[in-house]
Amino acid sequence: MEVREKLAYIIISLLASVAIISVILIFIFIARESLPIFFNPEIKKEANLRVFFFTRDWQPISLIPKYSFIPLIVGTVKVTIVAIVIAFPLSLGAALFTSEFIPGKFREIIKPVIELFSAIPSVVLGFFALMNIATWVQVLFHASSRLNAVTAGFALAFAVIPITYTICEDALNTVPRELREASIALGATKWQTAVKVVLPAASGGVFAGIMLGLARAMGETMIVLMVSGNAAQITLSFLDSVRTIPATIAAEMGEVAFGSAHYATLFFLGLLLFSITFVINYIASTLLERTQKRLRGER
Amino acid sequence: MNNKLKIKISVRNLNIYYGKFLAIKNITLDIPERSITAVIGPSGCGKSTFLRALNRMNELLPDVKTEGEVSIDGRNIYSPDVDLVKLRRNVGMVFQRPNPFPKSIFENVAFGLRIQGIRDRERIEETVELSLRRAALWDEVKDKLYKSALELSGGQQQRLCIARALAVQPQVILMDEPASALDPIATLRIEDLMRELKEEYTIVIVTHNMQQAARVSDFTAFFLTDEDRAGMLIEYGNTSDIFTMPKDPRTEGYITGRYG
Repeated sequence: MEVREKLAYIIISLLASVAIISVILIFIFIARESLPIFFNPEIKKEANLRVFFFTRDWQPISLIPKYSFIPLIVGTVKVTIVAIVIAFPLSLGAALFTSEFIPGKFREIIKPVIELFSAIPSVVLGFFALMNIATWVQVLFHASSRLNAVTAGFALAFAVIPITYTICEDALNTVPRELREASIALGATKWQTAVKVVLPAASGGVFAGIMLGLARAMGETMIVLMVSGNAAQITLSFLDSVRTIPATIAAEMGEVAFGSAHYATLFFLGLLLFSITFVINYIASTLLERTQKRLRGER
Repeated sequence: MNNKLKIKISVRNLNIYYGKFLAIKNITLDIPERSITAVIGPSGCGKSTFLRALNRMNELLPDVKTEGEVSIDGRNIYSPDVDLVKLRRNVGMVFQRPNPFPKSIFENVAFGLRIQGIRDRERIEETVELSLRRAALWDEVKDKLYKSALELSGGQQQRLCIARALAVQPQVILMDEPASALDPIATLRIEDLMRELKEEYTIVIVTHNMQQAARVSDFTAFFLTDEDRAGMLIEYGNTSDIFTMPKDPRTEGYITGRYG
């Protein structure tokens, strides 16, 4: 029996470490491909950190290639802001509604249905956005281009809502029933209990939900590739076309010359995206854990 | 029972159903003002259900049906025009496991005032201090009012929950096995506190600890389940009578430890 337990332990640890090692290897591979930016003198001339962050244009295949990240970052930030502004209130509202205000039977229906959204392939969401959302946005805001940051952000919200909703809902649900009862017994209404007791107690988890939704919005590729317009420009208006980091990588990686400055630059862009979403995910999981501990009464 | 005492809570023919299951059956009893009334009985005999009927907390669960009458100061709390918020302010509750909010000690006690929309800082501070003093906790926490309530020990947390209940100035306090999660010393402190509090409040306590009932209560109600597992009142009277000369053989059997 003891031998079998040991064997199971070893197999499980191996499987777990495969997952961790793969992530590390992916990181190392992407980093290695982007190294020429720092060490190859030819490439360094065209593509370097100064060019990435202190110039204005992304024109990687013009006669004089220009590799500024700024328009891509601006584009990514714009669609992410739109997505979060739409998705967050809806997700939190739905989470509060299902965890605090409706009886169990309905919750058992609503929760899986919202979670089912995450099973919709993003290319389908993109298609839907292309055919419908883009028209609504154009009519509603009189946008000159159908494909812009608002359209893309709106479509992204559909991808973000299931994640943010699920995590918020779980966080609200882990708040012990005793806290709700204590609040009700002091004469609080259901609404006061939800807003002043349950929500603050679950705040870490709710915040984690936003962060993970944020990471999803920043990393989502297909939807933005289809409906953001893909014009790398630095403007303030959310109704202009934008080009995001993941869409750029997806669109250009297929045709780039292996080993060129453009190639290394795309990998560096990928490294940047990877690092940002990794940090966001890390913060989110730390917050979740802290909330759980706090609710269990540990410090 | 002593007839000179004024009746605070009067329960008449109370039936409570969970769905189709009859949880407590035809309970009738009167609870006198400014005294401690203990409800004892084996697990599953409907003690907690009975207690939660007194501030209508049972209604938080789906499919609960209540029949009969519960009057506090002569007003039926189950009549349709009763304001549940006012009722629960008037009838405070302390739970089995200490359940402070994950907020500061101060904010825990101030919570009941804040949800009433009271903003006056001085008034809130006064009430918080007074409530903590009444709950015999002030001296232990006065230097760390803004620390998290979760840093307190279990016994302190339970006294904090009592302070939190006192802050909204109830007249009745319901306690659902308030010491069952505490060590013996913390338990004794809670019992001392209850004796002090009964000068001003009407206290109803559910306990499965018979010694505790015998130590602190003035009156004792003994519950037991019938053959259909419905809880019913077997005997009710002065605590000293119940424990020294019970009228019903089943009461005697329970307090002498023959079952339960």
